[in-house]
Amino acid sequence: MTAVHTTYRDAIREALREALRDDERVFLMGEDVGRYGGCFAVSLGLLEEFGPERIRDTPLSESAFVGAGIGAALAGMRPIVEIMTVNFSLLALDQILNNAATLLHMSGGQLSVPLVIRMTTGAGRQLAAQHSHSLEGWYAHIPGLRIITPATLPDARGMLRPALECPDPVLVFEHGSLYNAAGDLDEPADAVDIDNAALRRTGTDISLITYGGTLPTTLAAAEQLAAEGIEADVIDLRTLRPLDEASILDSVRRTHHAVVVDEGWRSGSLSAEIAARITEHAFYDLDAPVERVCTAEVPMPYAKHLEDAALPQTDDVVAAARRVVG
Amino acid sequence: MSRRGSPATSAKAKHRTELLRQMLRIRRFEERCVELYSTAEIRGFMHLYIGEEAVAAGLMQALSPDDAVVSTYREHGHALARGVPMVSVMAEMFGRVTGCSRGRGGSMHLFDVSRRFYGGNAIVGGGLPIAVGLALADAMRGRPQVTACLFGDGAVAEGEFHECLNLAALWRLPVLFCCENNLYAMGTALARAQAETDLALRASSYGMPSWAVDGMDAEAVAAAGHRAVETMRGSPGPCFLELRTYRFRAHSMYDAERYRDKAEVEHWKQYDPIDRLTARMRDDGELTDETLTALGSEMDTELDGAVSEAQAGALEPVEDLTRFVYTEQP
Ligand SMILES: Cc1ncc(C[n+]2csc(CCOP(=O)(O)OP(=O)(O)O)c2C)c(N)n1
Repeated sequence: MTAVHTTYRDAIREALREALRDDERVFLMGEDVGRYGGCFAVSLGLLEEFGPERIRDTPLSESAFVGAGIGAALAGMRPIVEIMTVNFSLLALDQILNNAATLLHMSGGQLSVPLVIRMTTGAGRQLAAQHSHSLEGWYAHIPGLRIITPATLPDARGMLRPALECPDPVLVFEHGSLYNAAGDLDEPADAVDIDNAALRRTGTDISLITYGGTLPTTLAAAEQLAAEGIEADVIDLRTLRPLDEASILDSVRRTHHAVVVDEGWRSGSLSAEIAARITEHAFYDLDAPVERVCTAEVPMPYAKHLEDAALPQTDDVVAAARRVVG
Repeated sequence: MSRRGSPATSAKAKHRTELLRQMLRIRRFEERCVELYSTAEIRGFMHLYIGEEAVAAGLMQALSPDDAVVSTYREHGHALARGVPMVSVMAEMFGRVTGCSRGRGGSMHLFDVSRRFYGGNAIVGGGLPIAVGLALADAMRGRPQVTACLFGDGAVAEGEFHECLNLAALWRLPVLFCCENNLYAMGTALARAQAETDLALRASSYGMPSWAVDGMDAEAVAAAGHRAVETMRGSPGPCFLELRTYRFRAHSMYDAERYRDKAEVEHWKQYDPIDRLTARMRDDGELTDETLTALGSEMDTELDGAVSEAQAGALEPVEDLTRFVYTEQP
């Protein structure tokens, strides 16, 4: 086993390449995945390697090609559908919610939809409100879907395989600010677990619970807190649905304090769900109320200073943790 | 000086000079934006209109100030030709509170409701239903206005395109559907996305007058625009213009342009709408070097002013971040 220096983007591409090589039922389709090389350059070069049948450029018709992915999955293929950003997935919401998530149930267990949908999420690049929202928490509301959020290189590399093996629709949310994240990665890579959260750092004083694009922010906050003598557990949820409640509760029962960091909006968010579960199941283990650090409740602004102010920042996490630990 | 008397006096010469002026303004504005982007004073997604100026310049001439315009994310040219002040567009690019969207929108979301300029929409096809609604309101109130809706060839693939053409035709609404067919949707060539690439033909299947227009010719666009608007004011119902044009630059600042040949781009540059009109006006003795120089310096003045005013503009105070989520009651 050798370690290679790579990026989040290249790690996802490698995972796609491996999937396409190993299983002829796998194909990738979406807007500009082929000739353009993918709007975030994730699929760059795959067209040359696998040809236009399997790296399929689609017209701008999110509802049609996501629906077609569902149909192809029903008929035995293993489609990977790329939607450029979560904002555009809303044009396909009908297919995702009314078909992908429900067919198994409505057919009394006859129809599985082994479909993988990948999309970019999140803010931080001054792309304003129609390209910057974090809506994975919404998708995590929907029974029948599995929602995964790779935040590290090993997860970017290793989550696709179990996602493709999963008989149900899996939505993969890739945070736009992570694509250039670089580091060393073992090759050949191991498939990673998409059932359990990962403890990215261990501490005794507080549980910082997060996922995806805010993992680096949260880890940075944990380092700052450590310098002040506050040792944090950092939990990377990885899978937002089904939620690994046990890992969250285990940690909180040890640390007795919790802050949830979520780039979604606070009201009705995943952070609300997590805080509620902690109160439901670990209320008497808590020494302080659970705090949440979320995005300000505004459509994301373009101007950098406003975007920064809207997003969860390291300092916000540190401040919340200090308040909770008291 | 021309043999036919002093230039720029005939109505035709005036009309042409105005078209040229608008196209030059748009091009210079965007060339400056490229410089500002490279120094990181402007950020986010930025889509240039260079090559397509004839469409905005021609079309806006055919509209009255009461008409409405719905635009896309490639809308600097639309906004400027519509009369949105250059300084407020530039300030928006800088993310200033003095920008036309208070710095919240950026390049892709320019709005100026006082000029009935309704954006600035970064969802492909997203503006079409809004245009139908604006036209519906005008029709219901018995107002004579039309709504011009600009969108790219990529939008034709979206379901909303078909839903909106159908609705506008069914309800006989005054929407001027203006498809800027520049042959590409990001890296996807029209022929790779569409089973039938004659877009005017497809629109005509909804029972609306539809024309394909040389979108590299500002005069042709203006004439087609006038004709369509007259048709709509005379008898209610939508019209469709397919404006055949080309973008000389990449899709956005992030595009490496792997999907098309340099030779193809060079070929299209022969039809540069600014060069073409300039040549025509010179041939007809309507344009002198002096006029051209004067236009150039007029533009430099306007641009320099816009940039320095934008740079000097204030930022929205962070305390006001949560404003404009709900309507502020007085
Ligand atoms: C619904 C939706 N899907 C995808 C995108 C990403 N995207 C932005 S521009 C673009 C190409 C659109 O091409 P076209 O409509 O021809 O307009 P042009 O850029 O050529 O002016 C795409 C795919 C988007 N903004 N909205």
